[in-house]
Amino acid sequence: MALLSKKDTNLITDPLADNNPITIQVLGICSALAITAELKASLVMAVSVMFVLGAGNVVISLMRNIIPSKIRIIVQLIVVATLVIIVDQVLKAFAYELSKTLAVFVGLIITNCIIMGRFEAFALANGPWRSFLDGIGNSLGYGVILIIVGFFRELLGSGTLFGIPVLGDQIEKTGLYATGYENNGFMIIPPAALIVVGIIIWVQRSRNPALVEEN
Amino acid sequence: MALKTDSNVYTVVFAAVMVVVVGSILAFLASFLSPNIKENERFEKQQNILYAMGVNENGDDAGSVNFIPTDVVENEFASYIKEQLVIQGDKITEDNEAYLIDLKKQLAAMKKGEDYKLPVFIGEKDGEKFYIVPMYGKGLWDAIWGFIALDDTMTVQGVYFDHKGETPGLGANIKMRYFMDDFKGETILDGTKYAGISVAKGNNDPLNKTKDDNEVDALAGATITGNGVSAMISETVKLYKPYLETIRVK
Repeated sequence: MALLSKKDTNLITDPLADNNPITIQVLGICSALAITAELKASLVMAVSVMFVLGAGNVVISLMRNIIPSKIRIIVQLIVVATLVIIVDQVLKAFAYELSKTLAVFVGLIITNCIIMGRFEAFALANGPWRSFLDGIGNSLGYGVILIIVGFFRELLGSGTLFGIPVLGDQIEKTGLYATGYENNGFMIIPPAALIVVGIIIWVQRSRNPALVEEN
Repeated sequence: MALKTDSNVYTVVFAAVMVVVVGSILAFLASFLSPNIKENERFEKQQNILYAMGVNENGDDAGSVNFIPTDVVENEFASYIKEQLVIQGDKITEDNEAYLIDLKKQLAAMKKGEDYKLPVFIGEKDGEKFYIVPMYGKGLWDAIWGFIALDDTMTVQGVYFDHKGETPGLGANIKMRYFMDDFKGETILDGTKYAGISVAKGNNDPLNKTKDDNEVDALAGATITGNGVSAMISETVKLYKPYLETIRVK
């Protein structure tokens, strides 16, 4: 017996391509713009969201039959906020350095619309295991876009990857800079992320015309 | 039996139970972990103060920020920091726990017109004296703070900046070495006036070769955080001016 049935596998793979949370569902755009100036920040955010969305989807799914529908959004918000605060506090006590790195992401995770979006669209109607897979799948799809955007923004904007110079030394004019190449300062400001995300959406839709909505 | 999850009574009871449960979990967790967290924060403060006066494990390359390890920081702090002073009005007293003073609370007290305390740390390294003062201000999203180490000519010997929630890759870069190292050698004086140091765009000095212009080069895409740093430094300088004037070699 396979570990995952065909349907379950799709929960993981769909968000990576034709049901990507950022490019197709258009969720989580805010954080995709805010923190993708660096590859490292993109990666940290992707991992954090994976943890919170995976765990949150399970909790919401377990509670789905007892949550009063009138206040379900508030309940979802409390669940995600509690999870994030617990993680934050535990890290502060036992892995202080790591908690400092993650501190700026805490607020961004709670307000990430992917999380509320998946709670609402999936976890409220499905069992815990499938919800967990959906959470992992969607956060992978989110993470992939974040990392692609982070890669191009850091490379073209700062000439570095993970903070390591890869195009030569800008001040000493070595490597690519010797040819007169300059970093594009525009790439590190948020509007550049919108353009990169736009290009990804364009490429994806021209490769798969089925994704294009009819007017 | 199916629950009537849409009735008003159920909704109110559910909300109340949820609040109590979540509240107790968080309260229990917070009180259980708080000794550990407090200890970590204390070590961090000591590391930050020592960092500003150049006691750190930074390599020669302009790489990442390296503090001295937490397990030795307490001893190192005691051996490098010779005096901890508290300025309260005209009174200056010695206090070995001055580094635990929360500048945020003191500044709030000052704004309300109440008495406030300002800590100063006097460090010594290789026969040189450093006067280290804490700073506190606001960036784009939330608080920023740090320490600035001065010598008796009011030349900056080192700074440390930190922030609560500046944007990663932009404002958050105030705690990168390439930004903090730029402050070294700058003076906070303009003639005999206490001017502070501005984070300036377009000062035509990206490599920061001019050290007496009271300016360092700004971070691209982080104008408001940079302005926050400028404001924080000038605020601090203003606050500590009477004390700095007594130690300055004229």
